[in-house]
Amino acid sequence: MKIFVCIKQVPDTETKIKIAADKSGIDTAGVKWVMNPYDEYAVEEAVKLKEANAGAQVHVITAGPKTRAADVLRTALAMGADEGILINSPENLDAYATARALAETIRAEGGAQLVLTGKLAIDDNASSVSQMVAEFLGTPHATVVSKLTYTPESITVERDVEGGSKEISQLQLPALVAANKGLNMPRYASLPGIMKAKKKVLKEVEFASLNIPASDVKVKHTNFALPADKPPVKMLSGDSSQQAAELVKLLRDEAKVL
Amino acid sequence: MGQILVFVESSKGALKRSSIELLQAAAQSGETVAALAVGSAADALVKEIGANGGQEIHLIKDASLDSYNPELFAAALTPVIEKVGPHTLLASASSLGRDLFPRIAARLKTGLASDCTELSLQGGQVSARRPMYSGKCFASAEFENSPVKIVLMRANQLPVKAADPSKTGTVTEHALTKPDLKTLIKEVVKGTSEKLDLTEANIIVAGGRGLKEAGNFKLLQDLADALGATVGASRAVVDAGWVSHSMQVGQTGKTVAPTLYIAVGVSGAIQHLAGMSGSKVIVAINNDANAPIFQKATYGIVGDLFDVVPKLTEEFRKVLHH
Repeated sequence: MKIFVCIKQVPDTETKIKIAADKSGIDTAGVKWVMNPYDEYAVEEAVKLKEANAGAQVHVITAGPKTRAADVLRTALAMGADEGILINSPENLDAYATARALAETIRAEGGAQLVLTGKLAIDDNASSVSQMVAEFLGTPHATVVSKLTYTPESITVERDVEGGSKEISQLQLPALVAANKGLNMPRYASLPGIMKAKKKVLKEVEFASLNIPASDVKVKHTNFALPADKPPVKMLSGDSSQQAAELVKLLRDEAKVL
Repeated sequence: MGQILVFVESSKGALKRSSIELLQAAAQSGETVAALAVGSAADALVKEIGANGGQEIHLIKDASLDSYNPELFAAALTPVIEKVGPHTLLASASSLGRDLFPRIAARLKTGLASDCTELSLQGGQVSARRPMYSGKCFASAEFENSPVKIVLMRANQLPVKAADPSKTGTVTEHALTKPDLKTLIKEVVKGTSEKLDLTEANIIVAGGRGLKEAGNFKLLQDLADALGATVGASRAVVDAGWVSHSMQVGQTGKTVAPTLYIAVGVSGAIQHLAGMSGSKVIVAINNDANAPIFQKATYGIVGDLFDVVPKLTEEFRKVLHH
């Protein structure tokens, strides 16, 4: 069984975001890049499947500028993935072109029995690339998955949907699954894991070599801006009864939200 | 001028507020507004769609569309979208919308802007803005090479006015050609909550570590009941097992943007702020005056939540239910 895990580098949550001078994106100077948190669940699930199924192989794949994207692949290799593939791509590629690049590369590598991803990336919160990759590969998909059971023909997944409901579905393989929190507890890369990862294969593919036409870029994000400054918080004084009464009055008469 | 197509969702036989927002925004543009509803009960929505601005109403009344299957929905919707030929397709960034429309965008070889919070439709042009980096900044989504511009909007971002029952739309029914499915939906386990989902709720009351133990969420439940609100929680209390993950607001939970967000005993870790800083009015109740949540709040109360919250519940009951 060949498993591909698509992962992404994103700014660490604690990063203070600054806007680039031409407003075309964020100022990446000084940004600490980490693996997208949901992708950790995807890598962990792949490594668990590999441990439970002899002969299974885990390939991790990412698209991004080479200078920083290699680090997240090394992290995934240290968690137990077998091989990394880096698609050296321009900054801020859109979801459609990214999905095309990932699908093309997976196909060129002989295809996957199972593709795992995170349910969304915390940088753009778009949750789009996974479903697009599934469409381009012609496989079924399930997103927001918090439980996965594998057999060689099919997988059964539990999806978290609105109102705390769960959908249980069965997908014929090959298939794509996008992981939610709750699927597993991602392991930390151990020191021996990190040492081993240094010797694992990390292939490089140039985005340009994939022959993806310029017309496959469909959306550009422009005019980046910081949110407008909020007025300072209004602190309510007095005893708890006075505070409660004052708050209700302000919500009704000033904020007009009741 | 062309057409705008709105995909509508319903709950208990009525349009969801998020769908009404989209229909009314489309109607404001002065262009032809088409709407698409699916499922065996789609008929029941026709009047409401018309009253909210839908002029050409497309229905796929197949009972197999009563529950969601990504493959089936993509196969059902794509040919209708192609036939209608809108320049813009609006849908809600609901769990269905977020799962389905990227797949349809790939099939239609077109662009999609997900999770948008601002929308303008003027002179046949669509422009949308969306939060980036957990709301730390915003950016415009500009479409190119996109025959249908697909915009998924978060709920509660656009104004809603009263519907006009004198307005009606014309109905066109479409047949469904079922593809061979590789996805089988085996079971849907309904959540216990009767309340609106966090992502759709207009008012949210969220609790954190300050509540001290799981049983004290009852205080928040009472406050939420007085307000018609949905209860949320911080990551710390979800990880502690006090409440289910479906209630988590923040980075590894849900991103919400209600009109009113009341944070009770929530310190305001950056992961939590990432999920709720788009809320219009934020109230923070915490015994620590230095808690980061106060920096994001509109109104703040420093005090003992076990003292303040019951009084607040009482006060809301007085004002809202007399």
